[in-house]
Amino acid sequence: MDLIIFVQQLINGLVLGSIYGLIAVGYTMVYGIIGMINFAHGEIYMISAYLTAVFLALLATLGIQSVPLVLLLVLLLTTLFTALYGWSIERVAYRPLRSSTRLAPLISAIGMTLVLQNYVRLGQGAKSQGVPPLIEGHFRLFLTGSDQFVQITYIQCLIIVAALLGMSLLTYLMQKTTLGRSCRATQQDRIMAGLLGVNTDRIISTVFVLGSAMAAIAGVLVSLNYGSFDFHIGFVTGIKAFTAAVLGGIGSLPGAMLGGLILGLSESFFSGFVNTDYKDVFAFSILVLVLIFKPSGLLGVPEVEKV
Amino acid sequence: MVHFFRSSVQKALFSVAIVALLALSGVSPLLAGEVVKIGVAGPFSGAVAAFGDQFWRGAEQAAMDLNAKGGIDGKKVVLVRGDDACEPKQALQVANRLVDFEEVNAIMGHFCSATTITASEIYADAGLLMMTPASTNPMVTERGLPTIFRNTGRDDQQGVVAANFVVEKLGAKQIAVIHDKSTYGQGIADAFKAHLHTLGLTEILYDGLTRGEKDFNALVTKIKGHRADAVYFGGIHSEAGPLARQLKEQGVSAPLISGDGIVSDEFVMSAGGPSYAQGVYMTFGADPRKIPAGKEVIARYRAKGIEPEGYTLYSYATIQAIAAAMEGAGTTTDGEKMAEWLHTHPVQTIMGAKTWDAKGDLSVSDYVIYQWDDQGSYQEVE
Repeated sequence: MDLIIFVQQLINGLVLGSIYGLIAVGYTMVYGIIGMINFAHGEIYMISAYLTAVFLALLATLGIQSVPLVLLLVLLLTTLFTALYGWSIERVAYRPLRSSTRLAPLISAIGMTLVLQNYVRLGQGAKSQGVPPLIEGHFRLFLTGSDQFVQITYIQCLIIVAALLGMSLLTYLMQKTTLGRSCRATQQDRIMAGLLGVNTDRIISTVFVLGSAMAAIAGVLVSLNYGSFDFHIGFVTGIKAFTAAVLGGIGSLPGAMLGGLILGLSESFFSGFVNTDYKDVFAFSILVLVLIFKPSGLLGVPEVEKV
Repeated sequence: MVHFFRSSVQKALFSVAIVALLALSGVSPLLAGEVVKIGVAGPFSGAVAAFGDQFWRGAEQAAMDLNAKGGIDGKKVVLVRGDDACEPKQALQVANRLVDFEEVNAIMGHFCSATTITASEIYADAGLLMMTPASTNPMVTERGLPTIFRNTGRDDQQGVVAANFVVEKLGAKQIAVIHDKSTYGQGIADAFKAHLHTLGLTEILYDGLTRGEKDFNALVTKIKGHRADAVYFGGIHSEAGPLARQLKEQGVSAPLISGDGIVSDEFVMSAGGPSYAQGVYMTFGADPRKIPAGKEVIARYRAKGIEPEGYTLYSYATIQAIAAAMEGAGTTTDGEKMAEWLHTHPVQTIMGAKTWDAKGDLSVSDYVIYQWDDQGSYQEVE
């Protein structure tokens, strides 16, 4: 009995953690490359949830019924359009402020959050919206008796797989390709990278696009998993994902995933075995402890003072 | 070409704005003095905006019907909307605006208990009559404010009905009590819990979830681990929906019971479809749509394609009660006199005759149990 509950909470935590991780990537990549926190990233995720519903409806009217095809198309379209949002936000709100003080883009990001939230609220209404269940079903592992089982739904599997796959792809992209090398060069020294022929503006845009694409994958799968969303979901999830990024070491790609998983698991276990009321208190206590002993986060690299 | 197009659109927008401004400024001085202004305060934006819509539909129709009959003492009824977004901080601003700037004669509202409690202090200070069609937390009328009324039941009544149902009809013994940590949600969950104790049962789990989140899987697993045979949730539809869905997904067969915070088809939406909302119980006043006194008005709603669900008719009846108090007390400004009149006179509303006790609560509460069906609507449980 207790083992079943334990394993089930482990699965709950892994799923939640994967979602946080997927969104945290966007925070961490942007921070890594231009040293600013893109607070509007949570809203990007929110927009991707709405886009999911739009494209699901569109495909339904076109008469496409095959579930894998629908899923693939929705993922592709949503990722594409969400990435477009990410790119435009960078162009509109951050690029003009590139050479101003560090705080200016931060304020701009908060403004962007308000703009996006209210744009969706006015355009789509304040009510919660839903998507029809696309994939139903689950794997169940029965241990003893008919109600003693550990289960994971197909969508939850997809979330975990997508998170792992997405992270591996991004890590490969960053470590092994020319694009990744340019990214890392821009991260280390934007001016020098520019002098050596890296189009830094384009690299920064690419990072926004990649981060938004990951948030879009989370948006699609989360909408299918929970079935409903509203214009406000970006806020809580955004804060949690940002926390995950800081916990894992902001600027570090594997750190974002690790932070997400730790956050998800700690929430799930604390909620499951102690108290749901105080699960956030527990999660943030972990964050505080980590930051006391390792100010740059678990996998973060301490900032070296440039001389 | 492009330039011309842009400027003409701008010109058009600009002139529309100017016309709108002129219209606004032109109308209000004309009407001043000859109208009765009733503030309609509720959540017209934010997570519970669905209930704000119900408020407005009820109040708007009531005002139209009143005006068709000549208004209150020959004065036309004008509604002023105040959006509190279900946030106490904003409710304070809305209340001050309604009182000082709009100078309303009475207030219908608010929806969320937390906002009603906060704003009612301002109305009471200003000596204005306030009646809420929806706030059920006991504190609304327990503070001895003379001009504060409600046209709905109380959580301590609602919780009792729910607890009796769960224990006697469902025969549950292992009951989990969950709330959303809000004034309303925790209040009603506590009322439910208190009556469980008087019935000789103790809850096996008492826990609060966070509003705005969607993933309650850990909590659901915990409920399952405690082998609950009934789950009570004090909160509103935006969290009740995902909770109902995740209970079903994890194969928990214990029924979910909630209060009047989920009386909206948005509950079905946030659960992700009727198949997930199906079977959920809730407490709500006896369906006002079944009371004969309201037949004509309900037909008028349906003719417009509006289903007067949830608090729509409560809002209509509240406007009726406010109007009756103004006519009965012979004043449209003195809230204390209106309050005195309401304490001693019954009012004929579309929900039948209503009377109020010394606290400002309804003398008779009529909570019954409903169950959501597979079509996404709710039916009374006989």
